[in-house]
Amino acid sequence: MHELSIVMSIIEIADGEAVKANASKIDEIELEVGLLSGIEMSAFDFAWQEAVRSTVLENAERIIVRPSGKAVCLECNTTFDMDHLYAPCPACKSHFIEITQGKELRVKSLTVA
Amino acid sequence: MCATCGCSSDQHHEHGDHHHHHNDQRTIIDVERDILHQNNLLAERNRGYFDAKNILCLNLVSSPGSGKTSLLEKTLTDLKRELDFVVIEGDQQTTNDADRIHATGTKVTQINTGKGCHLDSHMIFHALQGLKPKENSVLFIENVGNLVCPAMFDLGEKERVVIMSVTEGDDKPLKYPDMFHTSTLCIINKTDLLPYVPFDINKAKENAKKVNHKLEIIEVSCTSGEGLNQWYEWLKSKVPVPEMAE
Repeated sequence: MHELSIVMSIIEIADGEAVKANASKIDEIELEVGLLSGIEMSAFDFAWQEAVRSTVLENAERIIVRPSGKAVCLECNTTFDMDHLYAPCPACKSHFIEITQGKELRVKSLTVA
Repeated sequence: MCATCGCSSDQHHEHGDHHHHHNDQRTIIDVERDILHQNNLLAERNRGYFDAKNILCLNLVSSPGSGKTSLLEKTLTDLKRELDFVVIEGDQQTTNDADRIHATGTKVTQINTGKGCHLDSHMIFHALQGLKPKENSVLFIENVGNLVCPAMFDLGEKERVVIMSVTEGDDKPLKYPDMFHTSTLCIINKTDLLPYVPFDINKAKENAKKVNHKLEIIEVSCTSGEGLNQWYEWLKSKVPVPEMAE
């Protein structure tokens, strides 16, 4: 249930930004959560519901962008989509790969009133 | 609010990287901040402390019961004449593991995470303040037994060692890929039990390599002692040699 820690960190970031902007609440928050980031969305949603109560994010609309997994093969240079961490290169079947996208875990933007 | 490291919610005070767009009454703030930013910052701070004191820090992760504490007990006992050790134990409850480490004569501190499922760099930061590890020592952090959550939290370690045992499934690396992906060494423990369990060690190694082609693998048995020398050699090869002042 590390999702709760992740949500708490998001609240902390949002809170800091709200204070800086002299805002009492946040209307919208845009997050980037890659498909390979290790976040289980149902656990994340559950943690979110509980944790945002009485915080600046309580009524914020949440927009979650989910970059897909991408990797490049270090043997044959093929770029390919991957949906799990042990996916081999589809061209040469090698596991010598480097993940290039999908591990994002970021607060992109906030809209404050 | 932590007075020492300022890790409260009001510490983000720089303005330079922000673009404010005023549109009616609404303001969009481009934050572009890694959610684990605060953990990663403190992890780097820990790492700087280790570098300055020439301390080798290892983060031991595994599921519960794979033998992290037994491996530590064995290592601390066998190598205590050669290396200076300190240990941070992480568990939800009890000081049982810390007591076992203490019995080997090693300086140890226990972190109880309560409901928490992992250690984070902030806990380590404060544990270090109490522990005050000596220069040139080796610090083992035994994480909470959990193959999922600790994977995301950098503690400032030099190496992450994932331990699995032959009483688990040989598909463990595929089931919990994040942990194997972020580790540098995999220890396969309890090899003395191989004749009695359906664990295919080659398959396990193959699976681990599928997730992380850079992963090194060492097979050991803390009961029979088999393979421990290889682990000790690996460990000693990682100890930083202090640079001599000319």
